[in-house]
Amino acid sequence: MKLENFRFETDSDGIALLTWDMPGRSMNVITEAVMAELGQVVDHVAGAEAIKGCVIVSGKEAFSGGADLTMLQGLGGEFRKLAKTKGEEEAMAFFFEASSRLSRLYRKLETCGKPFAAAVNGTCLGGAFELALSCHFRVLSDSDKTRVGLPEIKVGLFPGAGGTQRVARLMQTGDALQMLFKGDQIKPAQAKAMNLVHAVVPRDKLVETAKEWIKAGGSAKAPWDVEGFKNPSNKVHSPAGMMIWPPANAIYRRETQDNYPAAKAILQAVYEGLQVPMDLGLRIESRYFAHILQTPEAAAMIRSLFISKGELEKGARRPAKVPPLKIKRVGIVGAGFMGAGIAYVSALAGLNVVLVDRDQEAADKGKAYSHKLMSDQVMKGRAKSADRDALLARINATSDYNALKGCDLVVEAVFEDRAVKAEVIKKVQAVIGRRTIFASNTSTLPISSLAENFERPSQFVGIHFFSPVEKMLLVEIILGKRTGDRALATALDFVRAIKKTPIVVNDCRGFFANRCVLNYIREGHLMLAEGVPPAMIENMAKKAGMPVGPLSLNDEVALDLGWKILQATKKDLGAAAVDAKQEALLKTMVVDLERFGRKNGKGFYDYAPTGKKLWPGLADLQKTKLVADGIDRQEIVDRLLVVQALEAARTVEEKVITDVREADVGAILGFGFAPYTGGPLSYIDRMGTKAFVALCEKLAAKHGERFKPNKLLRAMARKGETFYGRFNPHKAAA
Amino acid sequence: MAEAFIYDHVRTPRGKGKADGSLHEVTAVRLAETTLRAVQKRNGLDPKLVDDVVLGCVDPVGEASGDIARSAAIAAGFGESVPGIQINRFCASGLDAVAFGAAQVMAGQKDIVIGGGVESMSRVGMGASGMLPAVDPSVAIPSYFSPQGVAADLIATKYGFTRDDVDAFAVESHKRAAKAWEEGRFAKSVVPVRDVNGLTILGKDETIRPNTDMQTLGGLKASFAMMGEQGGFNAVAIQGHPEVETINHVHHAGNSSGIVDGAAAVLVGNKAAGRKAGLKPRARIRGFASLGSDLALVLTGPVDVTEKLLARTGMSIKDIDLIEINEAFSAVVLRYLQAFDLDPAKVNVNGGAIAMGHPLGATGAMILGTVIDELERRDLSTGLVTLCVAHGMGTAMIVERV
Repeated sequence: MKLENFRFETDSDGIALLTWDMPGRSMNVITEAVMAELGQVVDHVAGAEAIKGCVIVSGKEAFSGGADLTMLQGLGGEFRKLAKTKGEEEAMAFFFEASSRLSRLYRKLETCGKPFAAAVNGTCLGGAFELALSCHFRVLSDSDKTRVGLPEIKVGLFPGAGGTQRVARLMQTGDALQMLFKGDQIKPAQAKAMNLVHAVVPRDKLVETAKEWIKAGGSAKAPWDVEGFKNPSNKVHSPAGMMIWPPANAIYRRETQDNYPAAKAILQAVYEGLQVPMDLGLRIESRYFAHILQTPEAAAMIRSLFISKGELEKGARRPAKVPPLKIKRVGIVGAGFMGAGIAYVSALAGLNVVLVDRDQEAADKGKAYSHKLMSDQVMKGRAKSADRDALLARINATSDYNALKGCDLVVEAVFEDRAVKAEVIKKVQAVIGRRTIFASNTSTLPISSLAENFERPSQFVGIHFFSPVEKMLLVEIILGKRTGDRALATALDFVRAIKKTPIVVNDCRGFFANRCVLNYIREGHLMLAEGVPPAMIENMAKKAGMPVGPLSLNDEVALDLGWKILQATKKDLGAAAVDAKQEALLKTMVVDLERFGRKNGKGFYDYAPTGKKLWPGLADLQKTKLVADGIDRQEIVDRLLVVQALEAARTVEEKVITDVREADVGAILGFGFAPYTGGPLSYIDRMGTKAFVALCEKLAAKHGERFKPNKLLRAMARKGETFYGRFNPHKAAA
Repeated sequence: MAEAFIYDHVRTPRGKGKADGSLHEVTAVRLAETTLRAVQKRNGLDPKLVDDVVLGCVDPVGEASGDIARSAAIAAGFGESVPGIQINRFCASGLDAVAFGAAQVMAGQKDIVIGGGVESMSRVGMGASGMLPAVDPSVAIPSYFSPQGVAADLIATKYGFTRDDVDAFAVESHKRAAKAWEEGRFAKSVVPVRDVNGLTILGKDETIRPNTDMQTLGGLKASFAMMGEQGGFNAVAIQGHPEVETINHVHHAGNSSGIVDGAAAVLVGNKAAGRKAGLKPRARIRGFASLGSDLALVLTGPVDVTEKLLARTGMSIKDIDLIEINEAFSAVVLRYLQAFDLDPAKVNVNGGAIAMGHPLGATGAMILGTVIDELERRDLSTGLVTLCVAHGMGTAMIVERV
């Protein structure tokens, strides 16, 4: 055997230890070479009489993150090439063969006749956990860092190397489906309780435990290969199955709106697979896997949510010439809801935080937010009280601006008012050092104009957090006209430190995310004014893939805020810049009826302790009422997505967005733009620019100028260009 | 094309479909045999003249398995020459069985057939044969599958029927059924189920509660609220009809069709064969139709199939004197009345399945008989029978007296 990615040694008891330790990588990953070598090992173990069995362990801190998704992407390219030269059928046969290779390898291991044990420390996810599942014995370390799971669903895939079949044979079908749908990372104790693993031991006992199991005569037969094996939930077509499958199908639809083919394929693979023996079940799984790999949803989600997101997090937009910064101390001015949230995530990342507000009481209140969030974690058993105390000790809540001295970065999160911000900037400037970067967490005020209040505008940058800070994964970094590279690098290093995903946008009204979101909300308003039943607006928005309907979202951000933005826009840009119908609706809601949204318990919804319900009075605001059955539902979906995607295309034309990855990743993480599309630009690319422009024109003719495609889109449509073709981020970088 | 005439029909009484129901001691084949024997005997029909026995049965498993139509014909002593076929279109099976036989008569391929149906819900159990459309994701998901009770609640929500509306309809069903029995309106067609010694086991429908009122029904808890919420079905229903914000759960055991045991048989033939056998036609089959309808509403097929059938026959709803629509759930009938703006006095005049029960595979044939009897009693001409069907379908038939 010639192994490069593994070490293989056999002890005096005849037990082999296979150590997975890929050279030049911090994390093991499944590649073509890994598959080839593992195949050799299985053959060797099976054939060598002196070897009793084999323990697989990692030589790294973690076990493995799973398969190399770019390898799967590569398969698609091979397929298209082959299809051209040898025809669809032969190409498909190749694709099926290649995409099922890992599954067949694991089955070979499982049925080789010698016992295999997986000894796992650290993360063991996706294809790596499927390897463990194909071993006859699985032992986990009890380390805090050990996690197992099958997260494929999160990037539009599903476990295609036996995961659906083995999990569904290890636990009740309902539990298996839930695990596969959620894709959660599972802690050792829970994994044991779920019957996913056989034992949990201290890390230094891992290999010993695995070897003991083999020595004690561990069976080389998986439970499902033993005669008389029964599925944990028994037969699919049975009274028990009737309790499982109808709700499973319904819950799939409830959770996905039938937008995620991979989730549906999980259902189908488990449903069909559980009715046949393991080998056939695996083949069925492989058939669906090959199919799902080719869906546009998987391609879009892998690109945006795995590849692009990863690249942005690793600093794709970071100016290379600025040396890496280690941020130690961050100042936050304004201890309101946003400031308190920023303080929490910073302290959670181990940074020292100075949290300043105008008096001690206000500052303490901001710090108390961290206390509350950590206490919740302690209550849920996710943190220890010592963690809470340590985190709180890192936050210095004070009214003294002098405490900001020595901060690497100061973020202001005070009231959205120019005068207030100018005052704060002046006060901060007076105490901080010359190299400290100043960031504003404004969501509405242009950064360039705020920077005028700062002596060193090149050290002034926008860092726009989303609310609630501790939950939202995106941070928008806004470059003012004079923002320098060091300010950008500092902002990016800070965002990286607090483990969020950054996008970098150029300064403009609303930046990127809010521009799209405001269009989305406006479309909801206009549909309401047209007479679309309110529930239909909200429900079709979810069908479109949005996390919440536009009316609900508006209630969350407050209608009076929307009204103020509208008035400000009108003042700055003229009456033509706002939609009269939208203005009339908001005037009625905000000015006449004082329905501000969730904050005063009444908006488009009424809020009661038992939950929220659409306000029945909305019907009276609709002068015309459309009959639900006559409404073109696809058009509602189109309008809600197109109005956002078109705005995203405008930000590209205006160079607010300079990297297409950022529009897509930012839209999904920032405001939940239909993840199955891969983001607004991927949505346009998938439809084809020409078709998208035609759709815009159709909608513009029917619903107004706001749907008029911009110049860039029309030019791209003429040339048949896509965003990822014309603005290829990897070509630009190279 | 030959015409198909209905020469006679009979049904068993409907016994409560539980272990304490009177027909629980009677096998499914015995129920079917009872009606076959009755329709043959009282018409002095030579069984050898029967070209086929077509029976609807929704759960043809266990004691109802293995083509119960042939089994029932053998048990009824029809002899080896009479074949049988069992069909299933869920709740409309009994009516579809008559249509199936009639179509072959009309096509000139058969002369005399018996259509009907049987269901022993107390013995075989509802759902005993499984429900693939709910189970296989490739069918359930595009079908917007939800249990029928949730679908009925969706109909009530979408079309604006309140709990009071559906309860009031149920009270009326019991009142009408009780009155019909009191006045002997079913006497002509109900044949008692007897034991081997000729002793009557059950002679009358068993689930009618003449004294039920709004107050009694008002005390019942909606049956499908928890299932709808926890099973994810409410969400599915709403995805089918997104103008609905929340499902108003109004249905319960008291305003849904009862679970019962029973069987029915309808004697169908062409003119010449009838004459030769000495039979007198009671009604002519004008036409029948089936279709698939809104999958999330599941149970609004009767509206669509009625429209389809009226168009096919060149008729208008005003041409119909009496209508029988199966009372699967109150909202099904209320929606039907609403859609055609019908006078309730023309619809289910002798009550329906809420009062008397719905022996799945048999009901279609039973209410076909009911409408013919009532047309005769009132000396009216044209009747329409329709049933909603699981998995979003509907079947209807128009008959007229001759």
